[in-house]
Amino acid sequence: MAVEQELKIELGKQGVFVTTIEELYNWGRRNSVWPMQFGLACCAIEMIATTMARYDLARFGAEVFRPSPRQADLMIISGTVTKKMAPQVVRLYNQMAEPKYVIAMGACAISGGPFKQGYNVLKGIDRYIPVDVHIPGCPPRPEALLQAFITLQKKIDEQSLTGENRPRHLDAEAQGEFPVPEQGEHDLVPPSNPGVWPVQIK
Amino acid sequence: MSLVDEKTERVPGWNRPPVIAPDGEGELLEVSMGPHHPSTHGVFRMDLSLDGERVVKLKPVFGYLHRNHEQIAETASYLGMMPYTDRLDYICSLTNNWAYALAVEKLVGQAVPERAEYIRVITAELTRVQNHASAIGFLIQEMGASGTPLMYAFKEREKILDLFESLTGSRMMCNYMRFGGCRVDVSAAWLDATRKVVAGLPQFVDEFEALLTGNEILMARTQGVGVLRPDLAVNAGVTGPMLRGSGVNYDIRKVDHYGIYDRFKFRVPLGDHGDVYDRYMVRILEMRESIGILEQALKELPGGPVMDAKAKIRGFRPKPGEAYGRIEAPKGELGFYLISTGGAEPYRYRVRPPSLINLTVLEDMCLGHNVADVVLIFGSVDIVLGEVDR
Amino acid sequence: MEEHGVALKTVEEIKAAIEAAVPGARVTMVPNASPSGQHSLLLEPAHALAVAKFLRDDAELALDFLSNVTGVDWLDKEITEKVKVTKQVPKEVDGPDGKQVQMVDETVEEQRKHVEPGYLEAVYHFFSMKKKSAAAEPVVLRMRTKNRTDQVELPSFTPIWRSADFQEREIFDLYGIVFTGHPDLRRLLMWEGFKDHPMRKDYVEPDDFEYEPTAHDKVLQRATEHKSRE
Repeated sequence: MAVEQELKIELGKQGVFVTTIEELYNWGRRNSVWPMQFGLACCAIEMIATTMARYDLARFGAEVFRPSPRQADLMIISGTVTKKMAPQVVRLYNQMAEPKYVIAMGACAISGGPFKQGYNVLKGIDRYIPVDVHIPGCPPRPEALLQAFITLQKKIDEQSLTGENRPRHLDAEAQGEFPVPEQGEHDLVPPSNPGVWPVQIK
Repeated sequence: MSLVDEKTERVPGWNRPPVIAPDGEGELLEVSMGPHHPSTHGVFRMDLSLDGERVVKLKPVFGYLHRNHEQIAETASYLGMMPYTDRLDYICSLTNNWAYALAVEKLVGQAVPERAEYIRVITAELTRVQNHASAIGFLIQEMGASGTPLMYAFKEREKILDLFESLTGSRMMCNYMRFGGCRVDVSAAWLDATRKVVAGLPQFVDEFEALLTGNEILMARTQGVGVLRPDLAVNAGVTGPMLRGSGVNYDIRKVDHYGIYDRFKFRVPLGDHGDVYDRYMVRILEMRESIGILEQALKELPGGPVMDAKAKIRGFRPKPGEAYGRIEAPKGELGFYLISTGGAEPYRYRVRPPSLINLTVLEDMCLGHNVADVVLIFGSVDIVLGEVDR
Repeated sequence: MEEHGVALKTVEEIKAAIEAAVPGARVTMVPNASPSGQHSLLLEPAHALAVAKFLRDDAELALDFLSNVTGVDWLDKEITEKVKVTKQVPKEVDGPDGKQVQMVDETVEEQRKHVEPGYLEAVYHFFSMKKKSAAAEPVVLRMRTKNRTDQVELPSFTPIWRSADFQEREIFDLYGIVFTGHPDLRRLLMWEGFKDHPMRKDYVEPDDFEYEPTAHDKVLQRATEHKSRE
C-alpha cells in the first residue's frame, strides 16, 4: 500500500519517514550497481573515459569495476562481439551471480553495427543473452552511457518484489543461465538462442 | 628478476623463439591469460606454460576482435572505407585516416595543398601526444598504480578530444582526411584553443615525469625487463617506439619524408638497452618532440584551400594498379596496400598492422620472466586490438 | 651503420643483381600502371629462398626489413577469343559429271572459350633499415601458386625474416596458401575448427539473417528468400 506523495512530505517535515520495503530494497540495489570490467573494442575506451575524472561514473554508484564476474552486478558489453568471443561472453554472463543486468553499449553490441556483413561478427549480443538497456551510438558519448546507467537504475526502481513482474533472482523457476554456443565449422552452433531471440517487446 | 638463461638454444635465423629448459621438478602449469583479463588491453589471449612463476612458453591467440575489415573494403567504395579506418587503432583515428589517404593519393597521384598538409601534421601530432600519454597511463596502471597516472593522462586526453570534436564532429571516430586534403577548414577560434592546449602540454609532461621517471618502483620493475635486441627487432619487422627503444634509428617521418615533416626540426629519441624502461622514456621524449613540432606548425600555418580543387570525389575509380603507402603512426609503421582493377571498390585492401607485427617478438621478450613482468612487457608493446585483429 | 641518401636501385637493377647472384632464378618484372610507380618482381617458388637470403645479406641492397606480406586471390578467368580456323567443309561443286560433294578448305571465325586458371598470390614489401634512402619506395616481390585448389604451396620466408611469422599464418588462415617451412602454421584469426578460407572471392557467408527496417538490394533479396522459406 503506497503512501501519497504529499502525505509523505508533510510527515517528512515532522521528522517521520514513511516508505515501503520494496522502495528501500530497490533503493539500496540501484545505488550500488558494480559493473564488470569488460571492454571489447572502441566503446571500451569511451567506457573508461566515463569512469575518469570528467564524466565520473562512480558518483552514480558504480564505484568499483570488478574484474571477476562473481563479484559484479552489471556487464557493459562495449564493443563488437565476434563469433570467436561469443561463447566466452555467454559463459561470463552465466558466471555472474543474480541479480545481474546487461547494457549493450554501442551499435556493434546491439546488432553488429558497421561490421554487420562479417563472417566473424555476431549480429548483436541479443541473440544469446537478455539485454536490459541498449545504447545506440558509434561510440556513444560518455553522457549517453551515464543516461543508460540512470535508465537502468529507473528500471531497477520499478521492479516489484512479488507478483508476475518480479525480477529473476526472486523467481525460483526463472532461467538464469543460458546455453553457451559452440564454434562449428562455418558458424556458431546454434546461430541464436530461440528463447531469447527474436526479442519480444512486452 | 632474471633475463633469458644462458642455456637457451637459439635457432640461427631466428625463425622461432628460444627454448627454455625448465629447471626443477614438477610439471608445467598451463594457464590461459585472457581473453577476458583486466590488463590485456582488450580481448587478447596468451597461452602460458609456467614453471612456478617463470614463463617457459607463451603462445598468443588472436582473432577475438576480427571484424573482417579487409573484406568489407571489397564491397565498400574507397571513400566509404575512411570511417572504417577510424576503427582500426581506435585511440588514434586521425593517423589511421592519414595513412589511408596517403596510400590512395599514391595510387592516383593526387597532390595535397599546403594548408592541408600543415593541418594533417597538427592533428597527427596531437594524436601522438594523447596516444603516448594513454599508453603510459595504462602501463603504469598495470604496474599497480590503481589508476592515478591514467587519470592524469585522460585529463589531458579529454582536452585534446574536445579540439577534435569541435573540428571533426566526433571525439574518437574523426573521419577527417580526404583524398586530396582535409574535409573542413580550421577556424581562427579553433587555432586559438589549440594554442592554449599546446601551451599547457609541457607542464603536463613535466608533471607526469615528476611522478614517474625517477620513481623507485617504476625503475625497479621495468629496468632490465623485456629486453629486445636491435638485430632481432629489425628482423622481426618491429617499428615505432619499440624499435627505437632498442636503439635502432628508424623514424618514417625522417626516412620517407612524407607530408611536410622536412620543414620541422625534431629529434628522434633512442633507447640504449631495449627494456621496458627505455620504451617508456622514448614515449615521454617523443611527446616532448611532438610538442615542439606542434608549436612550429601552429606558427607557420599558411592560408589557402584545404582540399585540392581538382580532386575527384564523385565517381572515384582509380586506374588499375597498386600502391603501398605508410606513415609513422604512434604505434609503429601503419601501411595500406591497395590493388585496384578499375572499379569503384578496391580489389584488395590490406592494412599493415604495427601492433600485430610488434607482437611477433612477444614470446622472445617474455621467456624467463615472471607472470607479473609479462603484463608489463605486454603493456610496453602498446597494442590496440582493433588493429591486431582488424 | 647509418647511410643516408643512398637511393635504392631500380627494379631492373635489382632483377639483374638477383639473376647474377642466384643462377637459375627466373625473375619477371610486373609493371605497375598507377602513378605510384611501385613495380614488382615475380619470383619462381623453386629458388625463392636462395633469392631471399641474397636480398637480405647483400651489402648493396641490405633488405633487412620485411614490412608487409599480403595474400591476394585471383579467380579463374574465362577468356573468349575469336580465332580464324581453316576447316575442311563439304561443299557442292560443279564437276564434269554434274554436282559433286567435295571437301574444300574454308576459313571460318570461331569463338573459343578457355579458362585461365586462377591462382593465389603472396606479395612482399621490403625496405632497408640499414640503408635508409631518400623518398624510399618499397621493393615489391610476388610469388604465385599454381592454382587455387590443390597446388597451393609456397616457400615460407619466416626462416629468413621473422616478421613473416604471423603474417604468413594469417594468409594461411584467410586464403589457404600453405607455406612450407613455416615453424608453426596454424590459423591466426579464426577459431581452430573453422573450415573455410573466408577472404577468398568465392566465399559464401553463413546465413544468419537479421531483420532490417529498410531493406534494399542484396539484403532485400535475402529477406524475401527468408520469408518464402517460412
